[in-house]
Amino acid sequence: MDKIPKIWRDNLITYGMVIAIYAVMQILISFGLVSRLMQGLLVPLCIYVILAISLNLTVGILGELSLGHAGFMCLGAFAGAFFSKITVEAITFSPLRFFLAIVIGAVVAGFFGFLIGMPVLRFRGDYLAIVTLAFGEIIKNVINALFVGLDDRGFHFSLSDRASLGLYEDGEVIINGAQGIIGTPQDSNFTVGIVLVLLTLFIVQNLIRSRDGRAIMSIRDNLIASESIGIHVTKYKLMAFSISAALAGVAGVLYSHNLNNVVASPRAFGYNMSIMILVFVVLGGIGNIRGSMIAAVVLTLLPEMMRGLDRYRMLIYAIVLIVMMLFNWSPQILAWREQHSIKDLIGRVRGRSRV
Amino acid sequence: MSFINYVINGVSLGSIYAIIALGYTMVYGIARMLNFAHGDVIMVGAFTVFFGVSMQGFNPFVAVLLSIAVCITLGITIEFIAYRPLRGAASSLVVLITAIGVSYFLQNLALLIFGANPKSFTSMVPLNPIRLAGGQIVISGETIVTILSCLIIMISLTAFIKKTKPGQAMLAVSEDKGAAQLMGINVNGTITLTFAIGSGLAAVAGILLCSAYPSLSPYTGSMPGIKAFIAAVFGGIGSIPGALIGGILLGVIEILGRAYISSQLADVIVFMVLIFVLLVKPTGILGRKLQEKV
Repeated sequence: MDKIPKIWRDNLITYGMVIAIYAVMQILISFGLVSRLMQGLLVPLCIYVILAISLNLTVGILGELSLGHAGFMCLGAFAGAFFSKITVEAITFSPLRFFLAIVIGAVVAGFFGFLIGMPVLRFRGDYLAIVTLAFGEIIKNVINALFVGLDDRGFHFSLSDRASLGLYEDGEVIINGAQGIIGTPQDSNFTVGIVLVLLTLFIVQNLIRSRDGRAIMSIRDNLIASESIGIHVTKYKLMAFSISAALAGVAGVLYSHNLNNVVASPRAFGYNMSIMILVFVVLGGIGNIRGSMIAAVVLTLLPEMMRGLDRYRMLIYAIVLIVMMLFNWSPQILAWREQHSIKDLIGRVRGRSRV
Repeated sequence: MSFINYVINGVSLGSIYAIIALGYTMVYGIARMLNFAHGDVIMVGAFTVFFGVSMQGFNPFVAVLLSIAVCITLGITIEFIAYRPLRGAASSLVVLITAIGVSYFLQNLALLIFGANPKSFTSMVPLNPIRLAGGQIVISGETIVTILSCLIIMISLTAFIKKTKPGQAMLAVSEDKGAAQLMGINVNGTITLTFAIGSGLAAVAGILLCSAYPSLSPYTGSMPGIKAFIAAVFGGIGSIPGALIGGILLGVIEILGRAYISSQLADVIVFMVLIFVLLVKPTGILGRKLQEKV
């Protein structure tokens, strides 16, 4: 084990963890030990894990705050579902169709990430946070007002209502305003979800360990210093941000193909969702990919575990969140933990205190 | 004539945004944090009045004072329990997430006590509407009170910061915490005072908001909170006149957009204008340019 560099070992542990969880879940499912509720949660868990990893790229590795990650997810979800809906008859081999939908979702979300990032990432400070917050709300509201129909003459677009599309009799409404897209093929499943989680991990971890990744992290650590040694700051910021957006798009495609219909509801794609993903990242450890994955899983399962507490569960969730943040980050508490750590205690018992 | 009516409504809504934005801007200026629980303090303020007047039958004036007192206490408590221990934490994101935790907490607490159904809020303004130009322009009592209170708050707050010692201390802390402490300023006390003022203003804003738009639910505060934050950024975060200008511009754009373009796309227009303003002038309309040092 000592022959393998630490970084590799670390990455391998993360992959191994995902695969082990997958294997355990599959065995449990085959023995019928997993409740229906839990089975329904498997794909959403994959979605949240992908979102957490991808946002960690922006927040932890690039060091910029994004408050509109759900907006990119929304774009991916609708682009992918749109594609699947219009090709559901043309491409009958569903894995191929789903693969293409994922590529399209990623490209669309990544392109918008590039578009937003290009002007905004030039500035320093919290601009990306505010602009992405605005962007997320814009995307959600525009899609809620968007009508797209298809008939023999081609596509029709409208931002007011269904009637103004002017469709022929045989025409079909694809995006129906606030009702979203109805009847997407349900191509997502747990296996695909896990494959996409591994793929996301692979992309992000390899990026971090590459020359480009080191350039990105040097910008996070000291922008002026990295600029002075000739790193093209805007280029690398854009690279990280677009990849992060594209991966959120992938999560979106997974989301929209897990349900029968996608709606750009505030619950699924609003500002609260973006914040939720940010909570995964910060709680799991900014820049710590594995930590954010664990946080995503724990925080998604926590409210479900507490169903018995019924009306109090979200209140308890909020308290747990505040307490965990204080426990993990408060300088005084950290100092206290340092003094009373278990390692230290064991050391003292053995008579070779580390202090 | 309807145009003038829309503008007046816009200024009125904008005044509410401006009062909320003050809370964001002052806290950001001093503690360098986005207090995302601010919107929910508004909701608590409005619920306190609702509880006092509609459920207990208090005098409206007493209820308003009670609501301001409750919000000030709440603001100070939140700061003490959730934000102060995190001062000096490794990342500024940490306190943002904690603020979100506080926001969830307040929303769910209100949900438990009052339920999810929207309550109809009795207006706290006893004035009759004024009709001008032969009844074509109607200015409601709520509008007059809102705009007047906004002006009074702005003027007194500016005077407070410019003329009094605690106000000067706030300025000093926002410039440089370390130096302010060396000058003998109680930094923690000043930050507490800022939270107290911001939360008191949030109570006022909540009452005005629910008097003008009389529907109250645990989520009432969250969207106006975000809009007010946007208004603060719009006018230049950290600047009090900026909050006024940003708030009013935002309110007018929103109402006009809703009236003339599309009610669904009104928010989109607001956010687009925000992005545009930030691209042209990244520090907001009245924001100061910060020189970056190596």
